[in-house]
Amino acid sequence: MLGLVNILIGGIAYGFVLFLMAGGLSITLGLMGFANMAHAALAMVGGYTAALLIGKAGWPFLAALAMAGVTAALVGAVLERTLFRRLYQASELEQVLLTIGVVYVAIAAATYLVGPEQMAITVPAWLDGNLRLGPIDLNRYRLFLIGSGVALLLSLVHLIEHTTFGAKIRAAVFNRRMTASCGIDVDKLYALAFALGSALAGLGGALSIKLLGLDPNFPIKFLTELLIVVSVGGLGSLRGTFLAAMLFGIIDVVGKYLLPEIGAFIIYATALALLTVRPQGLVGRLR
Amino acid sequence: MIAKIVIAAAAMLAATACANAEDRPLKIGWLMSYTGPGAAAGAASDTAIEVFFKKFGRTIAGRKTEIIKRDTTGPAPDVARRLAQELIVGEKVDFLAGMDFTPNTMAVAPLSTSAKVPLLIVNSATSGILAKHPYAVRFGFTTTEMAQQLAGYASKQGFKSVYTFVQEFEPGLDAEAMFLREYKAAGGTIAGSVRAPLKATDFSAYIQRIKDANPDAVFVFMTASELPPIFLRQFKEAGLDPAKIIGIGDITDEASLPSAGDAALGVVTAFHYTQTHDSAANKEFIDAFKSLAPERPVSFVPVVSYDVLRAIYQVVEAQKGELTPDRTMELLKQIKFESPRGPIAIDPATRDIVQTIWFRKVEKRDGQIVNVEFASTPDVKDPGSAR
Repeated sequence: MLGLVNILIGGIAYGFVLFLMAGGLSITLGLMGFANMAHAALAMVGGYTAALLIGKAGWPFLAALAMAGVTAALVGAVLERTLFRRLYQASELEQVLLTIGVVYVAIAAATYLVGPEQMAITVPAWLDGNLRLGPIDLNRYRLFLIGSGVALLLSLVHLIEHTTFGAKIRAAVFNRRMTASCGIDVDKLYALAFALGSALAGLGGALSIKLLGLDPNFPIKFLTELLIVVSVGGLGSLRGTFLAAMLFGIIDVVGKYLLPEIGAFIIYATALALLTVRPQGLVGRLR
Repeated sequence: MIAKIVIAAAAMLAATACANAEDRPLKIGWLMSYTGPGAAAGAASDTAIEVFFKKFGRTIAGRKTEIIKRDTTGPAPDVARRLAQELIVGEKVDFLAGMDFTPNTMAVAPLSTSAKVPLLIVNSATSGILAKHPYAVRFGFTTTEMAQQLAGYASKQGFKSVYTFVQEFEPGLDAEAMFLREYKAAGGTIAGSVRAPLKATDFSAYIQRIKDANPDAVFVFMTASELPPIFLRQFKEAGLDPAKIIGIGDITDEASLPSAGDAALGVVTAFHYTQTHDSAANKEFIDAFKSLAPERPVSFVPVVSYDVLRAIYQVVEAQKGELTPDRTMELLKQIKFESPRGPIAIDPATRDIVQTIWFRKVEKRDGQIVNVEFASTPDVKDPGSAR
């Protein structure tokens, strides 16, 4: 019984890692409708920024995290201005081709610049070790991830659903020409939204290194999981992304615990079943 | 007149023979992953090649060595096979060498057999890959020999029950089967066994199963990559003692050990190479390696790569540069020298490595997390597959 409680906690923590990584993607892919395969590449940019700042330059952990977000946002903004913006109106296939190309360039660039070795990250003492709550061991870093995930969810939902910025984005996605004719600079709006999604990618990347590791193949390794989370959650819905991340975190860990022989297959089967029954995702609307 | 022609012809022949030696380079096709998982090992093997050239020179028996590197991009047998074919047919290589992942080696070995091109394997740890391929030699290790040693260690330590955890692919299944067989034969009890898919990146579920079974020790095999540190950290986070882990040295590979940090302290492993191995040969290798790539960790792949090149030079030297595949194989079977890992030889019967296997414990030395040797078994041969 206690085992199952620990497993549930493990699953929730894994779900939060998925959500932190996928939160930004639910803006660029989900909300803006841009098939952004390069999301995890931006997460890698954030990851390397944080790891190098902490390891080589001796930055404190939280400052390095913030810088990871800023750097990824800048890189994302440059990519958006030079490449991606040309393809907002293009077909999804073209968007996938371009962004997957960016992924391979990013892998090669990271191998060249940082080297193919594993990157380690040192977390401060206050995030290391376990917190004992009766019979249950809670890892401090996982608790910190859960806290960050909750904060991220609340602020994003607020931003998208309760601010003018969010309303403008939703309007622009729904009807770009109409929004533009209302005097809203859609081009600038998209650039901002994309930079925001990239910043979140960078932050998610930096936060997840300790659990997922970091090397130049990062952008491709977790792409499938992230795409599953965002599409099963429902395109355009942050709550959906969150629900899907939790669902997959828990199903994955519990499945592997109870049925280790087929455990790894369970999340893909669930995704298949869910998308067959609800092609629009858990919370999404059909467009 | 006739005498003149003969002399002229002889002179021309001699000239072509000389020219031949000059423009007949010794070609070594080097197959490694330079991208994808395994890229770090590929880069480290490159540094080992440079270390080797610095010490032994770029010419051997009048032939200039040319290493033609090809990127197998990770476990991709189709890619490895295509590249090997191109190296054999297009480049007409004298040797195929390198090889990291078992599936790649299994795809390349049949080509080496049909083209009679000697294949020197750096690191494919599945037991059975040599038997059918008379031109293949392994310089690395097998997971079965390590598992056998660890089973012996576990029963000697008096562990009553052991749980086994391996990644689900050939070398992992090999290791599991051997450990189960040997440990049960020695009277031990298996508390349970679980396998994780190669791609799994979260291990909390498996670790909870281990925790539920409460074994005296846990036998672990995971291929050297970014994953063992994740496993080790989660193991410790679950409140389990890392000192309970006995595993094959991949899990505390020097390349990923810093990333595991304190979570690796106390882990006991069996392996063929330890960075802290105390010998003149190892010190010389590490110094040369660090002078070329100070940041790059020295682990087993560069050491074995270095040994493979040394073996090639020895057999080329012995044949004075005139190679025939069968003579090369005869000579490879007699290889015996002191490697940075310890003394090594090739078993003439199986063409597999014979080497000392070291038992190591992860400790903190001068602030660094390192493997430290504390016992060894000399002249270990691969026991073969237990499956």
